Amino acid sequence: MDVILFLIFAVVAVVCGINVVVQSHPISSAISLIGVMASLAVLYLLLGAEFLAAAQVIVYAGAIMVLFVFVIMLLNAGAETRRGRSFMAQLLGVPLLIAFLGLMAFFVQRLFPGAGDVHFGAFRGGTALAVGRALFTQFLLPFEVVSVLILIAILGAVVLARKELE
Amino acid sequence: MTAGVPLSWYLILSAVLFTLGVAGFVFRRNIITVFMSIELMLNGVNLSFITFSYQLKQVNGHIFSFFVMVVAAAEAAVGLAIILTVFKNRSTLNIDDVSSMKN
Repeated sequence: MDVILFLIFAVVAVVCGINVVVQSHPISSAISLIGVMASLAVLYLLLGAEFLAAAQVIVYAGAIMVLFVFVIMLLNAGAETRRGRSFMAQLLGVPLLIAFLGLMAFFVQRLFPGAGDVHFGAFRGGTALAVGRALFTQFLLPFEVVSVLILIAILGAVVLARKELE
Repeated sequence: MTAGVPLSWYLILSAVLFTLGVAGFVFRRNIITVFMSIELMLNGVNLSFITFSYQLKQVNGHIFSFFVMVVAAAEAAVGLAIILTVFKNRSTLNIDDVSSMKN
């Protein structure tokens, strides 16, 4: 059952990920990205990360992608115009990326040979209780710093996006 | 217990998503799509954090992943505001046309 669920959602994630890259219209890419994020949320659940699965759906698939879709609508972004790329990029781009992926897969296989399998329910440390306890005891300082960071980001976004005052 | 999924499958899926993000970042010319590719890369990294957290039976990876999400939200807010400003000043979304720092 674990394997079937993993395969279904991994295939959905990869297909949607490819779709993000190959679609020429930004809104199609955005919808595909929502598919990637939703299937990743299911994979997080399989790995026992309940809190992060919920946060993934709410923050990523909800808030961030709504922001993207709003900006695409606001700017009335059309399909991308294809232009001639440089010769080197055409020749080397895809082989280099495949080599990069192959190298990463090779190292993963070599570094974790006896890592054991992932069973759903074997790790229960990802509940909101456990994450909150770690966040407010061991990681309190980073949490406060990141709250200041997000405040600055909100202020920056408002300052950048407002209309120029005459 | 039923058969489990090998840990390396999750890591390879994360590598595939990261590579797709890199491909979008390098090959696409629309600034919004480039931005979405960055989100794709961050998601790939998040998946590997959570996989390692499962393997080590610790919650620390979840905390890292949580911080990555927060930073991604902040980055999306600022980045999209920058995109709005660029579009207001230049009325283009093509990153080849936004090259004033080249000279």
